[in-house]
Amino acid sequence: MSLSSFMQPDGRNLSKAGITLLMAPFFMLIGIAFLYPLISLLSISVTEPELGFQNYERILDTPVYGKVLLRTLWIALLVSILSLFLAFPVAMAMVSSGGAMAVFITACILLPFWSSVLVRTAAWAVLLQRNGIVNDLLQAIGIIDAPVRLLYTQGAVVVAMTHVLMPFMVLPIYGALRNIPQDYGRAAAICGAGPLRGFIEVTLPLAMPGVLGGFILVFLTALGYFITPALLGSPQEMMIATLISQQLREFLDWPFAAALVGVLTLFVTAITLVFSRVFRFDRMLGGQV
Amino acid sequence: MSNRPTPGRLLLMAYVYLVLIFVLAPIVVILPMAFSEPDYLTFPPEGFTFDWFGAFFGNSRWMAASVFSLKIAVLTSVVTVVVGTMATYALMRGAGRLGTLFQGLLIAPIVVPHIALAVALYLFFRQTGLSGTVTGYVMAHAIIAMPFVVFTVAAALSSVDATLEDAAMSCGASRFDAFRLVTLPLILPNVLSGGLFAFILSFDEPVISFFLAGIRDKTLPRMMFDNIEQNLTPVIPAIAVLLTGISIFVLVSAAILRRMAQSRSMPAKEA
Repeated sequence: MSLSSFMQPDGRNLSKAGITLLMAPFFMLIGIAFLYPLISLLSISVTEPELGFQNYERILDTPVYGKVLLRTLWIALLVSILSLFLAFPVAMAMVSSGGAMAVFITACILLPFWSSVLVRTAAWAVLLQRNGIVNDLLQAIGIIDAPVRLLYTQGAVVVAMTHVLMPFMVLPIYGALRNIPQDYGRAAAICGAGPLRGFIEVTLPLAMPGVLGGFILVFLTALGYFITPALLGSPQEMMIATLISQQLREFLDWPFAAALVGVLTLFVTAITLVFSRVFRFDRMLGGQV
Repeated sequence: MSNRPTPGRLLLMAYVYLVLIFVLAPIVVILPMAFSEPDYLTFPPEGFTFDWFGAFFGNSRWMAASVFSLKIAVLTSVVTVVVGTMATYALMRGAGRLGTLFQGLLIAPIVVPHIALAVALYLFFRQTGLSGTVTGYVMAHAIIAMPFVVFTVAAALSSVDATLEDAAMSCGASRFDAFRLVTLPLILPNVLSGGLFAFILSFDEPVISFFLAGIRDKTLPRMMFDNIEQNLTPVIPAIAVLLTGISIFVLVSAAILRRMAQSRSMPAKEA
């Protein structure tokens, strides 16, 4: 996994012992509170109730669980695509507007970024309730005759998750677009390309690393998302995170919950490794670091 | 090329405004409900009252949860900043292969979903009796916040000229004094803004809070989750008003700190 040049060591070097000493607290922390718990959880998934892969077989053999996995993939994909379509123009506007406008858009994108996920989820619960604003609005413009159920549906989960995760898409795309010299667009125009062709053949390919990075970040985060599906989703249409929670808290089925965590973690890690070249976390944070 | 807006540009901006409405609408809608009289959430709000702030500040369970969360967030930011700065300093001063391992492990908690970490810690803390304790939460939150602190500190360290420490040491300062008196003051704004981010991440963190909560000691996010799930009273918008206030304060402080960092550090290499 490559980090940018600022992560490369430079300057006057410390002794080996000094480095070990300074890094020791970090390695202890990550060992105790991350590696050990995760490894022991995953080992439960293959050792209990007896040695073998029967917990994983149960996921694959039970249609209900297979459906949950497919639904999770589908919702994560949908959220990523929607986020991309919302985020790309915003990132373009951030790059092309000057001064106050750029600051205003950035602030709008960043403020929800730092406001509580729970608050935003509650806001969607209010907006989407039976006598809520969205229902009123849909009735006013005549799309529906009577209030419909919007809350506790897959639609509610998709909309609210897109709302929460979209800023994560804006920042990497903005980082990529900002690095494209403006001359390129001008050069394309001089060579006779219209704005659309210039966009498709010049801007888009150069922005691709940011698009891909943002897309994968949103997709992976959405796969394991818990809060929004738990509060706005329907119990009949669970995602993997809500299924894990149910198995643990209602059925106390540790080995099976562990296997579900295993599937999720392995899948996410595999995607990350495959895309590790475009997946630069320092850039994910907006390329400003 | 003139600056007169083209039709394409107008279309783009119209679309962007719609997206911004989508982004801001839920927050704009929920905040005024904090002042609404009925005990359920309606828009537009009905009447005007500060009762829900009273309900929050006057309720011992909300207060206990807030203090608990504050304690965890403060400790998380201290632990993350100290441990993270030590490790980042070592990384930037020739960590070699240990540095590669450090970077890999640093990123791992971003890749692994929070639900996975939450479940793993739930099991581990149950076995070790750390469920619902401040220590347990702080360890979990420090893991999540660490990459953000390290990125911020690393960015600052990379723009500090290492020969300054050399100079200090050749004048007789120890390595520790050289760091403490020369390098640390230069990177301090970034260290503090990293600490602020760690604070916010911990204070707002809902998933691990959900799984690790004991029967008595609940964090603020866990209490909010229960309220939203069960009856959703205007206490939530009242908390939203308070949290938004804190967030804006923290964001502005972080921006000021970053501005200070930029004006202090040399215009060193641009990434």
